[in-house]
Amino acid sequence: MTDPVLRVENLAKNFGGLRVTDDVTLDVLPGELHAVIGPNGAGKTTLINQISGLLSPDAGRILFGGEDVTRLAMHARAGRGLARSFQITSILPRFSVLENVALAVHARSGTSFRFLGRVATEEALNAPAMAALAQVGLGSRAGVPAGELSHGEKRALELAIALAMEPKLLLLDEPMAGTGRDETERLIAALRSLKGRFPMVLVEHDMDAVFALADRISVLIYGKILASGTPAQVRADPAVVTAYLGEELE
Amino acid sequence: MADIATASPARRARLAGNALPLAIFLVFAVVPLFAGFRGEAYVLGLVTRVMIFAIAALALDLLVGYGALVSFGHAAFIGLGAYAVGILGAHGISDMLIALPVALVVSALFAFATGIVCLRTKGVYFIMITLAFGQMAYFTASSLAPYGGDDGLTIRMRSTLAGFQIFHSDRALYYVSLLALLGAYLLCRSLVASRFGRVYRGTRENPLRLATIGFEVYRYQLVAYVIAGALGGLSGFLLANAAEFVSPAYMSWQRSGELLIMVIFGGMGTLNGAIIGAAAFLLLEEWLSGITEHWKVIFGPLLVLVAVFAPGGLLGVWARLRRIGRD
Amino acid sequence: MSTSLLIVQTLNGLQLGVLLFLIAAGLTLVFGVMDFINLAHGVQYMLGAYLAVMFYGYTGNFLFALVLALGASLAFGLLLEFAVFRHLYDRDHLDQVIATFGIILFLNQGVKLAWGAAPLSLPIPEIFSGSVVLMPGILYPVWRLVIIGSGLAVALILYLLVSRTRVGMLVRAGATNAAMVSALGVDIRRLFMVVFGFGTMLAGFAGIMIAPILSVEPGMGDTILILAFVVIVIGGIGSIRGAFLAALIIGLVDTLGRSFAVDILRTFMAPSPARTVGPALASMLIYLLMALVLYFRPAGLFPTKGR
Repeated sequence: MTDPVLRVENLAKNFGGLRVTDDVTLDVLPGELHAVIGPNGAGKTTLINQISGLLSPDAGRILFGGEDVTRLAMHARAGRGLARSFQITSILPRFSVLENVALAVHARSGTSFRFLGRVATEEALNAPAMAALAQVGLGSRAGVPAGELSHGEKRALELAIALAMEPKLLLLDEPMAGTGRDETERLIAALRSLKGRFPMVLVEHDMDAVFALADRISVLIYGKILASGTPAQVRADPAVVTAYLGEELE
Repeated sequence: MADIATASPARRARLAGNALPLAIFLVFAVVPLFAGFRGEAYVLGLVTRVMIFAIAALALDLLVGYGALVSFGHAAFIGLGAYAVGILGAHGISDMLIALPVALVVSALFAFATGIVCLRTKGVYFIMITLAFGQMAYFTASSLAPYGGDDGLTIRMRSTLAGFQIFHSDRALYYVSLLALLGAYLLCRSLVASRFGRVYRGTRENPLRLATIGFEVYRYQLVAYVIAGALGGLSGFLLANAAEFVSPAYMSWQRSGELLIMVIFGGMGTLNGAIIGAAAFLLLEEWLSGITEHWKVIFGPLLVLVAVFAPGGLLGVWARLRRIGRD
Repeated sequence: MSTSLLIVQTLNGLQLGVLLFLIAAGLTLVFGVMDFINLAHGVQYMLGAYLAVMFYGYTGNFLFALVLALGASLAFGLLLEFAVFRHLYDRDHLDQVIATFGIILFLNQGVKLAWGAAPLSLPIPEIFSGSVVLMPGILYPVWRLVIIGSGLAVALILYLLVSRTRVGMLVRAGATNAAMVSALGVDIRRLFMVVFGFGTMLAGFAGIMIAPILSVEPGMGDTILILAFVVIVIGGIGSIRGAFLAALIIGLVDTLGRSFAVDILRTFMAPSPARTVGPALASMLIYLLMALVLYFRPAGLFPTKGR
């Protein structure tokens, strides 16, 4: 059994009296796409927030690449290769599409405390950025201010930014939230082409996407992991079927 | 590729606006040649003041316009730079090889120490805490009885350079100030366009995003804050020389407010706007106060109108007029 | 350091605190509900004082002057809201700072034009003039007690209004999430006007009450404005409770600090440096306090917006 890239152990988080994350343990193996599904309010985004470092858990550990990062700041985790995309689009609207991605390239390549030299013309940053944009199909929109993109294009940009970080683990928080049919298809294709390059945790509601892409699925209900396994196993699990998947599968 | 990569509006304006700073500095360069018409000392003195405050305004624009760090205590750095000259002068040290580095270092240190605390806050809390530190500097200066306290301190001799009285003539001070302004301007422009600048500008757009990419936002803001503080100190050094006087009033919150107005007036986030704003503010103040002692009755509503109808400042109005002219 | 001095200064501190509360309450509400930085709140306080002097000149009666000045303050405040502030609610804080700064300049000069630059004064109403014996050896001006009393009464009324009435509930809701309140169908414009008008009246009231003991002059609102901002930042923006607590703390710290700083420093410092450092430290005390509070609680003591 290979060492997991990410291991979450007995994670717990309370908001007031509400147990939003209840003794969650899961791991992500190298190269796999591990989906986390569950009804709204199950605590999926909170889980992602704790893994990426936006929230501090009340109990439990988070091990990334074998290192305990539970108390590590968000930017430090990102520096170690933990990338994430946001459920509610989080980009730099007044920067161009290319600049948004170039920033991510920039974070991983050399010092940023350089005060001379025009960053906008640095090929070393622009080339990998364009490559990432091409991967998600946004190559032609490189010069557009990011705020002017359509919703689906913005979701794709989120993915491109994460890609440009050359992540060791990618956390995707509902990348297909609110996207139309075509854009969803494009994102699924992009994600499929990325499978195997690095492990991903995919939080999604779109069941087609989940079953098309996931190697393993964990089901989160009321903050607890109800079931975890291959898509076939999860599909067949009676508890899951009754609690969540019942109507969706029909 | 460069044009596609830098599509954001502020950038576009600046690319097109290379003509503008050229014009500005050209005007500054030739003013002394025409100064004789109106009374040389008066004009030189006035425009020197404009350039000195323009340096401080540039620094503030760096914070406000590019980093959304609204500092209401920026005048403190001017005061620190000025007092460096004054206090050293009171002890017989006038050489700028000592006074200038001291002014810069003291301002930078103050910026560092206060920045560490201030940058933990945001929004109006940041505004208030920068104000607080500005006030602390003000009150400290007021209580320095051996250095004039509330009444201020006269500077008997302008800074010398290795024994030479280089500021003996107002013209010399004028041109040195112009060079300092040019240097500050080029520094800020380079900063904004650099790797550092892109990250720093990003902190204004979406600090959360930057953190998840791997940038420690706090560090970038602190560096910018220290640089802005040092530039303020430079401005103060020159101001002390120009006015041959230094007082706590240089650091009052009203002065910090005026600096903010200068930045907004010209159009924040453009650097050119800071210089134009400083010029517009000081020249307007000079002109209006010549007309009536109650000039603030006119100036006040003018500010209100600018805030309500012209948030992009003079440059914003200019851009809008050009757009109308084109259509 | 005698006990009678301590008691007198404590009362003075309370009086300053109560005054600060009257001003800060309006400021924090306007900021909390409308997200509007109103630097002009200080000149509204100043205007209240000037209007009181003017109406006293016409009527010769303090009570009439009080009522008329309150009314005029309210009218003027609403005029400002209608003419200027209304256009700035959606704007950047910076635009609001510039605009209200402009109003400060305008009004500080305006009162000079209207009433001259020399300080004016207002006599204390007959029945409240003079001092009262609080304890053997301690004489305290009655009017200052009146200020403390009326300030506390206003605080109580405000508390009841905000926590027991429907409008008060809307104000509290608005302070936490104005957009939501508007989305629920409440006429947010009307609410803003009510909040603003009330805040203006409080500031004006403070100015009227202080006029008999301070000199009424241009610029008198500037220092108190800064203090009021320190109060609302420490108290937490949008919180009346926070403003009340912070105002009292600031009032006490500032007054007692100024009176006893030199003495306290003298206990471990030589008299001469103590006398130089003392006043400077005393002036800085409240700013140090604010910096300290913000270091541990970057959003003040009672932040209203959710974490």
